[in-house]
Amino acid sequence: MATGIRDKVAILGMGCSKFGERWDCDAEDLMVEAYQEALQDSGVETSQIQAAWFSTAIEEQHVGKSGVPLAVALRLPYIPVTRVENYCASGSEAFRGAVYAVASGACDIALAMGVEKLKDTGYGGLPQRQRGTVSSMYWPNLSAPGSFAQLAAAYRAKFGVSAEDLKRAIAHVSIKSHDNGSRNPKAHLRNKITEETVMKAPTVAEPLGLYDCCGVSDGAACAIVTTPEIARSMGKKDLISIKALQLSVSNGTEAQHNSWDGSHFVTTRTAATRAYQEAGITKPRDQLSLIEVHDCFSVTELVTMEDLHISPEGTAIKDVMDGFYDHDGKIPCQIDGGLKCFGHPIGASGLRMIYEMYLQMLGRAGERQRSDTPVFGLTHNLGGFPHQNVCAVTIVGQHGA
Amino acid sequence: MAYGILSFGAYIPRMRLQRKAAADANAWFSPGLKGQKGERAMAGWDEDSVTMAVDAARDALEGFSRDDLTSLQLASTSLPFEDRQNAGIVANALNLDTQVGTLDLAGSLRAATSGAVNALRAKAGQTLLVASEHRKTKAGSAQEMAYGDGAAALLIGEGDVVAKLLGSAGESVDFVDHYRTEGSEFDYSWEERWIRDEGYMKIVPRVVGRLLKDTNTSADSITHFCMPGTLAKIGPTMAKKLGLAETAVRDNLAAVVGDTGAAHPIMLLVHALEDAKPGDKILVANFAQGCDAMLFEATPAIAKMAKRRGVTGSLKRRREETNYQKLLAFNNLVPLERGMRAEVDKQTPMTALYRNRDMILGLVGGKCTKCGTLQYPKTRICVSPNCNAINTQEPHPFSEMTGAIMSYTADMLTYSPEPPQHFGMITFPEGGRIMMDFTDVDQGKVDVGMKMRMVFRIKDFDSQRGFVRYFWKASPTEQAA
Repeated sequence: MATGIRDKVAILGMGCSKFGERWDCDAEDLMVEAYQEALQDSGVETSQIQAAWFSTAIEEQHVGKSGVPLAVALRLPYIPVTRVENYCASGSEAFRGAVYAVASGACDIALAMGVEKLKDTGYGGLPQRQRGTVSSMYWPNLSAPGSFAQLAAAYRAKFGVSAEDLKRAIAHVSIKSHDNGSRNPKAHLRNKITEETVMKAPTVAEPLGLYDCCGVSDGAACAIVTTPEIARSMGKKDLISIKALQLSVSNGTEAQHNSWDGSHFVTTRTAATRAYQEAGITKPRDQLSLIEVHDCFSVTELVTMEDLHISPEGTAIKDVMDGFYDHDGKIPCQIDGGLKCFGHPIGASGLRMIYEMYLQMLGRAGERQRSDTPVFGLTHNLGGFPHQNVCAVTIVGQHGA
Repeated sequence: MAYGILSFGAYIPRMRLQRKAAADANAWFSPGLKGQKGERAMAGWDEDSVTMAVDAARDALEGFSRDDLTSLQLASTSLPFEDRQNAGIVANALNLDTQVGTLDLAGSLRAATSGAVNALRAKAGQTLLVASEHRKTKAGSAQEMAYGDGAAALLIGEGDVVAKLLGSAGESVDFVDHYRTEGSEFDYSWEERWIRDEGYMKIVPRVVGRLLKDTNTSADSITHFCMPGTLAKIGPTMAKKLGLAETAVRDNLAAVVGDTGAAHPIMLLVHALEDAKPGDKILVANFAQGCDAMLFEATPAIAKMAKRRGVTGSLKRRREETNYQKLLAFNNLVPLERGMRAEVDKQTPMTALYRNRDMILGLVGGKCTKCGTLQYPKTRICVSPNCNAINTQEPHPFSEMTGAIMSYTADMLTYSPEPPQHFGMITFPEGGRIMMDFTDVDQGKVDVGMKMRMVFRIKDFDSQRGFVRYFWKASPTEQAA
């Protein structure tokens, strides 16, 4: 019987570049920016890092394949470097690799780095890509907003929600994230918005408008992890440790079998259930202090509140409108601005979410710091399409809590 | 058992370009186009002579087993592939047995009528003769106004025929009223008055006269006269010269469809068969580098013919289009800025297409022999969470199934030749689902639960290599008629 990852690995240091349209930077610059902060925070030297996991999704358009780009950028000492890609959950995947390496005892100190340089693709929005030889012959030519927008139609049909009520609720999701992002100096988008702005914006994919979509940004985020014992021996006191790492990958059932209704993520529900079990959380609505979820689109965040078993099914709209997930609500969601405003450099996003949890738990989040000390923080990183995706749920928290 | 026409069907694209819109857009250059009336059928961006042929063929095969077919012939002067058998694509889309003979008939607007005469005279097996045209024309040309897109099909064979051939006559004359040479995109035409006076009025009466004489048929006994020419008053003038009753002249559909080229005589014949009563005599005279003439008699079976879409249903399934620019864009007549998302390489690996030809061209999925679950695509391991049996799937075509929308969107971001691109998850009540593109939908009129049928359409163009990729799309059933 597996005992899980709870409290076996601690975060030694983290770093995150400024996210945004980093016209002046290559991926290498972004990685070094995040790395410098993480190195300083952790107190280690490059020579002490024994293994690294590197996440990037659309590598053709910036760094190319393999672990080499990371090893070269950081001048790593000929250690194992593994490049991982799992759609938009790539950053969480890199973190999982580093954490598991330490937990296994294979190494003492490991690094996870995620980066994406989207503004060199020439596209506004994510670039259009091939999806394999066979699926490209029958899959619709869908965009990311187009695939996630379908959640809205299915959710409305399932719960009998009017188009306007749903649009208003998802508008609130974005208004909240803009509000949070305005307090974050590293966030891509720092402007506050109104409901009117969201409702009147041009449609990208019905019913999602411009403000229902996350920022397409450049950025990098980095974590250095070790065991709690080593962290203490290095003089670290307030340890933030890993409580759960769960990944759930669609096996094609949603896309092919009529048991799925299109309004939710099977993978998120599965990964969340397993993560709570691993972390020893029995009442997520009461026990979670903070969450960062994969708000690639406002409707994704809304249904995710139910998939994480925080809002009972059909009630996410009410919780969202009641401010339950606002900065000063019971469980703030995207206190750093989220993908919506911090931005979404694909390979970096999972690590960026953990970075915010780490800062908040150590009381280092500045103007946006949550006043009550957060104990458990959940990050949710999602990639792919509602009917075929990858979901990572990570729970971090105060060590021993 | 009699040999003749067992069944028929048709397909006309839903979009009807208003001729006034085309005339107004071009009047600055060609004021002669002014005063254009009516509308013409206009293929959607995802339709060509192959896709329209598939839908006309499905209409004709409604209620008939596809297992009895021995031959599929596709007649057209606008086939998308010059070298790759187009009839073969249609046969695969119809999931026909590979032993069914396939043949492209081309090269003349007589392609379909000559094919029909051959099939009816040969009396060999069962032939599905499909005629289809998507005729490309220059912007602002008279042809742009006159031509239309569409397809019609005849199921020819032995059995309870709805019409039998009383006789046929033909003549081949190299009378060049219009032509198109290899590599040319557009027809070149000569003067209409010469075509009418020296072509139609001299060649057609000779051939029809011989047919009437050979079959001992008096001209006034003809109840339906199908004269596919769309020159002004050509039908009534011809009828007068031949001694046919003016009331026998069938509407040439010029006002509502336009001239569908090689498909037009079959289109008019199908339209006539839809109205015909037992004993009616139907005369088809098709002029093109000579003339084919066929004389049919409707049998009592025509009264029992099961309802089908046909020409009448296709005419009802109609959406007015006043945006002339769409015609230009759909036919690649303007270098439209399509955006970066249109630049994605659409190369088709022929190996993968070949391996999956039934899945892609035939919409064939799987049915688990252990648990009965339907799924698309077919996979080695059954998708049912309660089964997951290995190697239990047998082929199951989804093409004739009706599904419903489970989720959808109208996407403005992704590249589409006609934005917004509608797509979503279609679920089938018998089991199975497909995330697929929608076609023939109107923005704001799509919703969860809408019933959708499967239609064979163009999925993508590989503009780098000139390849056309076909797949199936979901189309609202209420428009099917």
